[in-house]
Amino acid sequence: MGKKIEMKTLKILAVLALVIAVSAFAVDKVIVKKTGEGYAVGDFATDFKLKNVDDTTVSLANYKNAKGFIVVFTCNHCPYSVAYEDRIIALDKKFKEKGYPVIAINPNNPKAYPEDSFENMKVRAKNKGFTYLYLFDDGQHIYPQYGATKTPHVYVLEKTKGGNIVRYIGAIDNNYKDAKAADKKYVEDAVNALIEGKSVPVTLTKAIGCSIKA
Amino acid sequence: MISKKNYMNFMLVLLLISCKGEQQVTTTANKVFESKGVEIPVYDFKNFEPLLHKNDDKVRIINFWATWCKPCVRELPYFELINDRYGAKNVEVILVSLDLPSQVENKLIPFLSKQRIRSKVILLDDPNANQWIPKVDENWSGSIPATIIYKGNSSNFYERSFTYHDLEKELKKIL
Repeated sequence: MGKKIEMKTLKILAVLALVIAVSAFAVDKVIVKKTGEGYAVGDFATDFKLKNVDDTTVSLANYKNAKGFIVVFTCNHCPYSVAYEDRIIALDKKFKEKGYPVIAINPNNPKAYPEDSFENMKVRAKNKGFTYLYLFDDGQHIYPQYGATKTPHVYVLEKTKGGNIVRYIGAIDNNYKDAKAADKKYVEDAVNALIEGKSVPVTLTKAIGCSIKA
Repeated sequence: MISKKNYMNFMLVLLLISCKGEQQVTTTANKVFESKGVEIPVYDFKNFEPLLHKNDDKVRIINFWATWCKPCVRELPYFELINDRYGAKNVEVILVSLDLPSQVENKLIPFLSKQRIRSKVILLDDPNANQWIPKVDENWSGSIPATIIYKGNSSNFYERSFTYHDLEKELKKIL
């Protein structure tokens, strides 16, 4: 009986310690729009000036010859993002020549996720041989405008005279674990459709990812 | 619904697991991870779905989370506390981990034993998320934490984080 009470006390103390430990992180909270806001398919997407891992500053407007962009919100720390890295490289290799380069943006606050610091982005880009830009959303101002909630989260943009129009929002494909087992390649299908001047077959998909909001 | 044939297959799997000397599991999991005395049953969505629609007297709090999700980890102690305090009042907390299967043994299980998590933890391993996310709730974007509190036909879905107070308040609406 005495031992049981002691165990119970220990357990409560452990839970309390955990509560205190985790609440210490609460100060890092990033204020973002509620889920469900941000761009819908058909909206114009904002341009930006963000720092790339090569220390240059990049805007979509720099890409005079692009027909559009595959904007991927992604990061270092997220296992779902890591699982897609090879597929993001493959998308860039396949579509850069056709006018649709991948633009990767890390939306995370390094205070909440130290692995996602600008320095660590440089390391990851080099080690993994990213063929695409890997930009840092310093201050976390761009991702809330797009409405990205998680990584990876893709926005396929089509360049028009009036600006870049969102044509697809969602997942890269329908199998985060195994690229070979994916039988729906949403981003590829969307970009191929745009290149052929057709309408995008699936414009919105849902996926599990790592919450950007820490 | 699980077909009779599939059900027999699962029972066979469970039987095989039992033969290996591991503890008998009463669920229809696809497989079970076992390490450091912690057992994690693994479900695909088809086998997991019945858990969202049980029609008995129990209140179930189903929380979708992962070890890599900071806001999820932050609110876990509150779910634990609810599980402790309301367990005897016919409330069951089920923590549905969305960790990758490759990280169960090196991340999830060490985390659970370190934090001494006592609520039931299962792994939902179904890569075709676009297909099953709307079946959990049509308004869910897929971001976590997300929580369902239900009893019979009364059910509420939350795509948000909880404090202990808020969680208890929402539980009492269903209880």
